[in-house]
Amino acid sequence: MSFFDDFIVLASLAGIGVALAAAPLGCFVVWRRMAYFGDATAHAAILGVALALTFQTSILGGVLAMALLMAGTISVLSGRGYAMDTLLGVLAHSALALGLVAVSFLKGVRVDLMAYLFGDILAVSLSDVIIVWAGAFLILVLLWWRWSFLLTATLNPELARASGISPQREQMIMTLALAIVVAVAIKVVGVLLITAMLLIPAATARTFSNSPERMAAMASLVGSMSVLGGLYASFTLDTPAGPSIVAAGTAMFICASMIAMLTRTGR
Amino acid sequence: MRLVSLRNATIRHSGTPALESVNFYIDKGEIVTILGPNGSGKSTLLRTLIGALPLSSGSLEKVPGLRIGYVPQKLHIDPTLPLTVRRFLSLPKRIKDDVAEAALADVGIPGLGHRPMAGLSGGQFQRVLLARALLTKPDLLILDEATQGLDQAGSAAFYQKIEDVRARFGCAVLMVSHELHVVMAASDRVVCLNGHVCCEGAPAQVATAPEYKALFGSGTHGTLALYRHEHDHSHECDHTTEEHGHHH
Repeated sequence: MSFFDDFIVLASLAGIGVALAAAPLGCFVVWRRMAYFGDATAHAAILGVALALTFQTSILGGVLAMALLMAGTISVLSGRGYAMDTLLGVLAHSALALGLVAVSFLKGVRVDLMAYLFGDILAVSLSDVIIVWAGAFLILVLLWWRWSFLLTATLNPELARASGISPQREQMIMTLALAIVVAVAIKVVGVLLITAMLLIPAATARTFSNSPERMAAMASLVGSMSVLGGLYASFTLDTPAGPSIVAAGTAMFICASMIAMLTRTGR
Repeated sequence: MRLVSLRNATIRHSGTPALESVNFYIDKGEIVTILGPNGSGKSTLLRTLIGALPLSSGSLEKVPGLRIGYVPQKLHIDPTLPLTVRRFLSLPKRIKDDVAEAALADVGIPGLGHRPMAGLSGGQFQRVLLARALLTKPDLLILDEATQGLDQAGSAAFYQKIEDVRARFGCAVLMVSHELHVVMAASDRVVCLNGHVCCEGAPAQVATAPEYKALFGSGTHGTLALYRHEHDHSHECDHTTEEHGHHH
């Protein structure tokens, strides 16, 4: 029995796929202060799961639809007199609560709620891995294509306008990418920890970056390392895989923060 | 040549009109300054011209292919976003290193490319913004209170730079400012705004207009005169000396 048993290989591939897509997107989430936006989109996914099970459609489709619907709702409601973080906080937690209530109504369907909340990466199949990589590829292409425009719009909406870039369009592209990440990551880390996969690698990478591109690359590296580290810990210590991956990322974040503090005081 | 013209435009912010029936134009090579108290719609007008705000009524016409260089009032860069001056200049279009260096030298800050944006002084930061705006060889340069946070010497130097830029690039310049004295001395035309256009014309003409006096009081006249080095009208001498006492 080797470490590279089949399911571990599949889990690693799925995890790294999510990490590669989540990391550069997570950089934008951090730069644009959209952490709660990520939460709200991710939490809406549980409602998507309930709907998909009710109407017996694909989970992926249900999650994607609800994540997009949530993102659209936020876009419509924002700028109507609510403080953004209050609005997003309300929506994020309401979506989670409503989702959990909706799932409880599903009689006769056995739902492994924990798998959706915290992920079930050790149970991914080859087709799951393919879906994850297809989604990741789509997100990376999208970000590659829009990179410069997204970055300009992130800096300042008027600056983007004056350069002929529509900040609203870039916001929609971000939203779409976020919905895809949520849809493919739900199996890997679950709705509660998706935001962590976005934020922690990006926050960790900030210490070692002097350009946006480098930060995105470093975040991908940190994200992939957390996946491998977390899976290894999960395998040897028999801990839940999704939370272990996030914990591994947190450990790297703490190391990075300490290095940052030491180098700053040393200067 | 008329670059931009706004006809009878009304712009609303969530229902309430920020600007009402505004007529505005800017011609090639002109320096126009917009003055007005806080909340008078100055930034709204600029944002309308760059296309960031929709018109509720009226029309906006731009010369086809008009290139706009925009220098925002304030650019907050999130501390989590690592960005060097060089990288900033390449947004949204990548430029060559020698072009970037020339652009920085142009605005008087050569060799700053490798510095992080967060580590710049206020004056350097504004010059970087100006350098970026000039990279596209704009027909129209728009500056929204670009000297906020600079001291008087700093902003005077900045406006001197603007006049240089106009002379060399031949672009029209549209500025918003609170700093009446410096700006008015550097403008061809001044537009006074307070929800609508109160008055407009050459700086000296506007300074004596009753609408202008009503908006800014007469205390500012002395300052304008001071910078123009002439006194073409009588005013309350005590008042002006008192006001300028601390500058000298």
